[in-house]
Amino acid sequence: MEKAVFIIFAIVAVGSALNLIAQRNPLYSALSLIGTLASLSALYVTLHAQFIAAMQIIVYAGAIMVLFVFVIMLLNTPEDHPEIEKQQWLRYLAIPFAAVLIGEALYVFREIRNITLPAQGEAEHAIGTTWSIGTNLFTQYLLPFEATSVLILMAIIGAIVLARREES
Amino acid sequence: MVPLSWYLILSAALFTIGAVGVIVKRNVIAIFLCIELMLNGANLALVALSGFFGDIGGQLFVFIVMTVAAAEAAVGLAIIISIFRTRESLNVDDADTMKL
Amino acid sequence: MTGLLLEWLIKIAVVFAILLTAVAYLSYMERRVAGWIQIRVGPNRVGPLGLLQPLADGLKFIFKEDIVPLKANKLLYIVAPAAAIIPALMTFIVIPYGSEVVLFGKQIALHVTRINVALLYVLGLTSLSVYGIVLAGWSSNNKYSLMGGLRASAQLISYELALGMAIIGVLVLTGSLDLVNIVEAQRGYWFGFLPKWNIFLQPVAFVIFFLAALAETNRVPFDLPEAEAELVAGYFTEYSSMKFAMFFMSEYLNLITSCSLATTLFFGGWTGPGVNSYPWLSIVYFVIKVFLLIFLFMWIRFTFPRFRYDQLMRLGWKFLLPTAIANVVVTSTVLLLVN
Repeated sequence: MEKAVFIIFAIVAVGSALNLIAQRNPLYSALSLIGTLASLSALYVTLHAQFIAAMQIIVYAGAIMVLFVFVIMLLNTPEDHPEIEKQQWLRYLAIPFAAVLIGEALYVFREIRNITLPAQGEAEHAIGTTWSIGTNLFTQYLLPFEATSVLILMAIIGAIVLARREES
Repeated sequence: MVPLSWYLILSAALFTIGAVGVIVKRNVIAIFLCIELMLNGANLALVALSGFFGDIGGQLFVFIVMTVAAAEAAVGLAIIISIFRTRESLNVDDADTMKL
Repeated sequence: MTGLLLEWLIKIAVVFAILLTAVAYLSYMERRVAGWIQIRVGPNRVGPLGLLQPLADGLKFIFKEDIVPLKANKLLYIVAPAAAIIPALMTFIVIPYGSEVVLFGKQIALHVTRINVALLYVLGLTSLSVYGIVLAGWSSNNKYSLMGGLRASAQLISYELALGMAIIGVLVLTGSLDLVNIVEAQRGYWFGFLPKWNIFLQPVAFVIFFLAALAETNRVPFDLPEAEAELVAGYFTEYSSMKFAMFFMSEYLNLITSCSLATTLFFGGWTGPGVNSYPWLSIVYFVIKVFLLIFLFMWIRFTFPRFRYDQLMRLGWKFLLPTAIANVVVTSTVLLLVN
């Protein structure tokens, strides 16, 4: 039952992700990313991380992606052209880099056999609740939390400065 | 019970698709979307491991990644808007001078 | 297991049917209230007192020609109404509309489901409801629709923050995100007569919640996305037939959900005198409270003029959000001192 749920949402997630890079129109790409985000949220629920699942929908799908869709609609951009027009020589550089990447991946696949995953216990049911996230966030992880709030403040100021029209 | 490795494979697949997208795409917004996809692939691995180890740290990390992604989207989209104003284009190859 | 599944299915079907009927009759009620406030009659021809009017409207919607504009983006144009109505229908399942009753010798709790992050679930679906509007505006390929869609997305994001912050005040008091627990915490009386409703402890939060809910449901005085004087009909200008009806229904569904949520959070949900001995009374109390709030929404609609867009943004960001944050700070400080 759980495996069936996992497979369904994994297929939706990967399918939307592939559609993301296949589409030329950025609006379609953004909408497919929402599909991936929503199915990941469902997978978080199966992992008993309810708070993170809700945050995934509220923050990612409900705020960040709305901002993306808003900007795409505002700029009303032309379709994407994947061909490289400048710096044609980059094409030939792609071959050695791809070879290196594939070699690296093969090395990882060879090494991974020697690693044994930890014994799987029944996933803890209590750790994903809002209460445990809150207590840990404001005690043990207080410093990262405060650093994040400073980061957000900087982002707000940066966004206003960048997007404001120059007074001429 | 879904094995941990399934989650990790899905996470790796999403991350790889995102990375391929960053390389292949030429539209700034599409590249940005692919970066978000990579972040989400990493998030899935963190949440899955957090659940299997019974350690809350992974989920808190995901929470912080989300806020960072929000900050990044705000600044990034502001930069994209100002680039589009001066260049009338969203192709990354057109943005090759170090000024707005 | 099968019994539980059957119970769920029946509850979902019943809630679904009641919601859709309520939506139909809200459109009737809205026009009757409008008539009453504007000293005219309102619909009164179809059936006694015009009570069959929603039926006639429904038939008319179905038989109207379904137009897709030539230059519209077909796929998104068809998906948009569904994207608007699905979150609106999904939200209601976590709202407790009554206490526990005995039916066919079985204890049945009157809520479709109970999850421990119910409030976050509601907020999440509210934030998803913007896509229907935005996609409708963009795909119609019409400047008025696009303007409506852009206005809607900016407005909904802005007021969602105030809405969330206002809810946090209640959360701090109750210490639970589960709506069933929030209602349970509001049972009983202070000094023997004053019901333990959150509104008496959180009046500021309620006012902010109410204003933000008005904006989230796109109702006057915040109906800028569909301001007919400037934008024809806003994001659904190009829609006709059942697609138009679906936007209409999702708007009324959002209205019902907002009022139910306000009832649950601030007015004690289904609590009331005599609920312990007659559990069926709880549904009556819930419906009356929701109905009064909906009437308040309609009263406001036909009383106040529309805001300008800059006024709307200023109210949201410079007044509602700071007040809501101040309310959270004050509430938690007082709570800390009392405990």
